[in-house]
Amino acid sequence: MNKDNIFYDPTLKKRHFKSKLFKYFTIASLVVSLLFLGVFLLDMVIKGSSAIKQTYIQIEVSYNQESIDSYRNAVDKRYLNLLSRAALREIPDQIQANPSLMDTKAVIWMLADDQVDMYAKEYYYKISEKDLETLKELEQNARVKQKFNTIFFTQGDSKTPEYSGILSAFIGTIMTLTVTMVVAFPIGVATAVYLEEFSKQNWWSEFLEININNLAAIPSILFGLLGLAVYINLLGLPRSSALVGGLTLALMTLPIIVVSSRAALRSVPASIRQAGYALGLTKVQVVKDHVLPLAFPGIMTGNIIGLAHAMGETAPLIIVGMIAFIPDSPTSVMEAATVMPAQLFTWAGMPERAYIERTAAGILVLLSVLISLNSLAVYLRKKFEVKW
Amino acid sequence: MATFESKHKYAHLQEDIIRYFLILAATISILTTFGILFSILFEAIEFFKLKSIIYFFTGTEWTPGVENSQFGALPIFAGTFMITAIAIAVALPIGLGSAIYMSEYASPNARNILKPLLEVLAGIPTVVYGFFAAITVAPFIVKIFAAIGVEASFNSALASGVVMGIMIIPYISSLSDDVITAVPDSLRKGSLALGMTKAETIKDIVIPSALPGIISATLLGISKALGETMIVVMAAGLRPNLSWNILEDMTTVTVRIVDALTGDQAFNSPATLSAFALGLALFIVTLVLNIVSVRLIQKFKEKYKMSSL
Repeated sequence: MNKDNIFYDPTLKKRHFKSKLFKYFTIASLVVSLLFLGVFLLDMVIKGSSAIKQTYIQIEVSYNQESIDSYRNAVDKRYLNLLSRAALREIPDQIQANPSLMDTKAVIWMLADDQVDMYAKEYYYKISEKDLETLKELEQNARVKQKFNTIFFTQGDSKTPEYSGILSAFIGTIMTLTVTMVVAFPIGVATAVYLEEFSKQNWWSEFLEININNLAAIPSILFGLLGLAVYINLLGLPRSSALVGGLTLALMTLPIIVVSSRAALRSVPASIRQAGYALGLTKVQVVKDHVLPLAFPGIMTGNIIGLAHAMGETAPLIIVGMIAFIPDSPTSVMEAATVMPAQLFTWAGMPERAYIERTAAGILVLLSVLISLNSLAVYLRKKFEVKW
Repeated sequence: MATFESKHKYAHLQEDIIRYFLILAATISILTTFGILFSILFEAIEFFKLKSIIYFFTGTEWTPGVENSQFGALPIFAGTFMITAIAIAVALPIGLGSAIYMSEYASPNARNILKPLLEVLAGIPTVVYGFFAAITVAPFIVKIFAAIGVEASFNSALASGVVMGIMIIPYISSLSDDVITAVPDSLRKGSLALGMTKAETIKDIVIPSALPGIISATLLGISKALGETMIVVMAAGLRPNLSWNILEDMTTVTVRIVDALTGDQAFNSPATLSAFALGLALFIVTLVLNIVSVRLIQKFKEKYKMSSL
């Protein structure tokens, strides 16, 4: 612009520069937040990927009376510290389960101790000089190898890191969430139907609405306090059980289900209802046979999102005692159980390095389940979405 | 017509039953809120019968395990405040900046991709963030500060605060993005027509108009940060510490609640009951924040319904 122009602003260049700067700032903040996400996921993959494999040592095992008396006699004493204590402890049971093994010898690949595993994966390890020499000798004879870590997916928690797995926590999660959905789904949908289709606009419905919004904003740990005070102390339900955990999570999931179900019901056009009334249907018939089926995909989407939310929740479950040590999968909802996030929390607090890699691997498992659930919700929404 | 009528009567009965069932279901949400309130309140009253309420809010000694235990929660509140402040200091500029980019600069297609991507951050379980804070961020912070000769705790408030900030970015960005998008275009066009640059328009016109919504989003973020448990349980300390140094370890209300309720103490001991007193304080503060936040959003909505008429 010409300097003689009466609209000439001497600061214009600076203003444009500032404008550009501002835009770069907004881009930078977006990039930073996405970077956080990337770094975070990468960190988990790097820390967790080594848990895919587990170290095994080829060893000669003698099955005889001495081994039954003490598993320490089953293998050459030199290798005792290099092998997993949990795997050794199973030898007497194996003999008892299969008597034909008695007084035989076999060369098998046996699970190695977690420190040997750490050594093989080139992490920090703690092995005595003597054992390390033996281990290096074994390595030279190709008697140490890494195999796919099936234990992680087929075992429950264990005090020995190399023998611990996610299975019992996974079963616990399924049980807890089943209780959650059995309770939260009917109540949540019924509440939504009442608020959206039946209630008149009065102080009561307004109160209900404010209340549901507030419920969604209450910190999750306070639901744990409720579970502890009401379910465990007042009603006497068993502590640490999937039942108590599921009921606690149900109350937490309720507002999510109510809000999304209401949105789904609202998206069904009034003409559908009016057509029903015109044909002489009652209100319940209209809702049950026409509005609900049309809103169902939307309701399901909301439920899956609520389910995913409940699956990642830890704090209230810790309060109701679901961080117990659970080596075997629970078989009923009244038994003590743990859930995946709580299991990860327990492992993260363990001193052994081997648990860290398992925690990260567990996180990857949990995140993949959550991502699949959310993708399913998006897919359902896309597939059944009706444009009126 | 006879058969038709009897069926009709039956339908009305069914109608009533279903209606009452629905009302019952809706009432459960109310019962839950009051259940939470009363279960916490009664236990908190039990606690205050045993220990002074005045000392609880003003005292600085928190020694639950020992004989003649003292419950002064001031250092706990201070730690909660510090960690929340760090979280907001991280989340507000980044969240707001992202919201402005998505609503003002990005194309609708880019926005449709970016927004869900950011919301992934909110979908990650908090126990995972806690692990990240404790295993990756905290040692990193210790290393960085050691390099410049400053000693930082492995349970520093900074580590949990920063990670908590990352977690609440989407809470701030999503709602802010919604309100900024809702600001009528006529305001932007008027400003641009008067020769303001795009950044000036955003800073002086759009943001002030959307301010109630942005404050609402921030309050929601603060409420999330106050009630967040897993990150601080895993990455922050257990020691109540009244300090301004964010490199020291600090504890929060939620950490002390978890600590009090996972121990082996008897249920009616003051050490266990203190969890409910802390829970009550947390409940009241987050409830007030939420109510104010909802009111602000309502005001914002009302304002722009008016102007669009």
